[in-house]
Amino acid sequence: MPSYIVRRVLLLVPTVFFALSFLFVLFFQLPGDPANLIAGRANRTPDPGVIQRARERYDLDKPVPTQFVNYWKRTLRWDLGESFADRRSVNDILGEHAKNSFRLGIWAILIEIVVGIGVGLIAALRRYSWSDRITTVITAGMSAVPVFVLGFVLQYIFAVYPNKHGWPDFLKLRTQGLGPNTWTFFFVPTGEEWRYVILPAVTLASVTTALVARMMRGSMLEVLRADYMRTARAKGLDERSVIVKHGLRNALIPVVTLIGIDFGTIIGVAVLTETTFSWPGLGSEIARSVTRRDLPVMLGLTLSVVVIYAVASLAVDLSYAWFDPRIRFGRRGDA
Amino acid sequence: MTIVDPSGISAGGAGAETMGQDIADLGAIRPLRADVWRRFKRNRMAVASMVFLAVLAVLAIFAPLIAPYGITDRVPLFREGPSLHHLFGTDGIGRDVFSRVIYGARVSLTIGVLAASLSLLIGLVLGATAGFFGGLIDTVIARVTDIVLAVPYIVLAIAIASVLGGSERAVILIIGLTTWTSLTRIVRASFLSLKQLEYVEAATALGFSRPRIMFRHILPNALQPVIVYGTISIAGVILTEAALSFLGVGVRDPTPAWGLMIAQGKGDLANAPHLLLFPSIALVLTVLAFVFIGDGLRDALDPKQK
Repeated sequence: MPSYIVRRVLLLVPTVFFALSFLFVLFFQLPGDPANLIAGRANRTPDPGVIQRARERYDLDKPVPTQFVNYWKRTLRWDLGESFADRRSVNDILGEHAKNSFRLGIWAILIEIVVGIGVGLIAALRRYSWSDRITTVITAGMSAVPVFVLGFVLQYIFAVYPNKHGWPDFLKLRTQGLGPNTWTFFFVPTGEEWRYVILPAVTLASVTTALVARMMRGSMLEVLRADYMRTARAKGLDERSVIVKHGLRNALIPVVTLIGIDFGTIIGVAVLTETTFSWPGLGSEIARSVTRRDLPVMLGLTLSVVVIYAVASLAVDLSYAWFDPRIRFGRRGDA
Repeated sequence: MTIVDPSGISAGGAGAETMGQDIADLGAIRPLRADVWRRFKRNRMAVASMVFLAVLAVLAIFAPLIAPYGITDRVPLFREGPSLHHLFGTDGIGRDVFSRVIYGARVSLTIGVLAASLSLLIGLVLGATAGFFGGLIDTVIARVTDIVLAVPYIVLAIAIASVLGGSERAVILIIGLTTWTSLTRIVRASFLSLKQLEYVEAATALGFSRPRIMFRHILPNALQPVIVYGTISIAGVILTEAALSFLGVGVRDPTPAWGLMIAQGKGDLANAPHLLLFPSIALVLTVLAFVFIGDGLRDALDPKQK
C-alpha cells in the first residue's frame, strides 16, 4: 500500500504542474498582451489603472521565463492577489464561495447515491415493468437536457407557478441565492434554507444520478444472473438477504467507482447550476469573474478548482486501492 | 509482437501495392452498406431523428427565406406571447423569437458538426499514433490526456473561452481542442488490438509505409466505434456550446445561439416563459436526435452487440 500511495502521488505532481503551467500559458502568453484579456475585446476601452496593476502584479514587462518563475512562486506561496473589480482578497472570495459549493455538493452527492442506487436497483428487480421503462426513458433523456434548462423547468414548476396561482406558502420553494445562514453541522438546514437548497441540489445531482441509476440497473441485472446468486437461493436463504447481501454488495462495486469518477462532472455541472440559481459558489463566481474580466479571481479560482479536483481524484483512487487489493498489487503499467 | 521492424522493409513496387490493397479489402469484415441501412431503418426513433435533423438542416440553410424576420429586426412589442404574427412571441427588445430560433439552428449545427469533426480528427491522429507505435509515444500522449483531464471540463472550456473570445470560430476551436480525450482512448484501444492481426503483418511484409498501414489498413477497421461516438459527440458539442453561450463566454449577441437566448430570457421566467421555452425545446430535440441516431448506428453497425 505505501508504495502505491507514493507512486500515485508522484504521478499527480507532474500532472498538476503541467495543468497549472498550462493556465499560465493560456492566460499570459496566448493572446499576446494580457491587457486584452482584462480590457475585453476591441470594442471596450481598457481601464488604464487596472492594466497598470496587472502589469505590476504579473510582471508583464519582464521576459517570459521570469514571468513563469514568478507565477510559480506566487502559486506555491498561495498568493492569489486581490480582485481587480473590488479589491477583495481572492483567498477570502475562495473561502466563502467554496463553503457554499461544498454545501450544495454534499446534498447533490447524497441525492446521487440514494436516488441513483435506489432507482437503479428497483428498475433492475422489476425489469420490463412500467417503473423500469420510465427509468430507462428518464435516465436516457437526462443526457440530452441541458442542466440550466432543467433548472429553469424546476424553477417554473416549484416557485413561479405556485406564486402565480397563490398556493400556500409552505409549498413554495426559492430559486435565487442562499437564504438565511443557520446551518447546523455545516450542511443541515435548520431554518428556511431548505427551500433555497433543494432545487439547486436536485439540479446539480441530475446528470450524475441518471448515470448512477443506469449503471446500477445494468450492474444489478448482471449480478442477478450470476451463479453465486443461484447458489445462495439453493441453500435456502430468503430472497431478501439473497438480494441485499449477495446481490447488492457485488453490484455496488462498479457503481461506487463511477460515483468517484463523476466528481469532475459534478464540478462542471456546478458551474451551470450555481449560475442558474444565483448560488454564490465557486462555479458561479468563476463564470462571473470571466464576464467581469477579473483576472486574479478568474486565475485564482481556476487554480483552486484544479487543485481541489486533483486531491479529490487522489483520495478516490486511494480509497479504491484500500477496498480492492487487486489495484494495489496490480499491473504496474496501468497505475 | 507481430510487427518486428516495419521500417526495415521499405521499397514495394506498384504491383505489390495493388495486391496489398486487395488483401486488405478481403480481410476487412465490413457489413455491407445495404445491410447497415436495413438494420438502421428498423429503429424508428433513429429514423425519426434523421428526418427531424434533415428538416432542421433545411431550415438552417434556407433561414433567410423561411424566417419571417431578421435576427436584429425589432418590432415595438416586448415579451409578447406567441401569436400568429410572432409564432414564438417576441423577446425583451422586440425581436421575433421564431426567426431567431431558426437562425439559431445554423449556429448549433455549424458549431456541432465542425467542432466534433475537429475533435474527431485530433482524437483519430493521437489515438492511432499512440496505439500503433506504443512505447514512449503512447506514454507521452497518455500524459497529455491526463493533463487535459486534470482540469474539469467546463472550467477548462471557460478558461480558454475567456482568452480566445466569443466568435463562432473561437467556440469551434475551444470545443474541438478540449473534447478529443475519450476518442483518443477509443481509437488507441482499437489500434492496440488490430495491429496484432495477420493482415497488418502481411501489409508490413509487403513493405508498406507505416502511415499507409495505419490509415489505409487499420483505420477502416477501427472506424465503427468512431462513427458511433462521433455522432453522439455532436450532441455533446451542441450541449457544451449552449452551456458556454449561457454562461456568457460563448458566441455573443446578436448571434442567435439557443444557449444565449435562454440566458437572455432567464430574468423573464415568471412573466414571459416562452423566451426560455422555445430555444430550450429546439436545443433538447436537436441533442436527442443526435443521440438517437448514434444509438441507431451502433445497433446497425454491430448487430452482435444487441
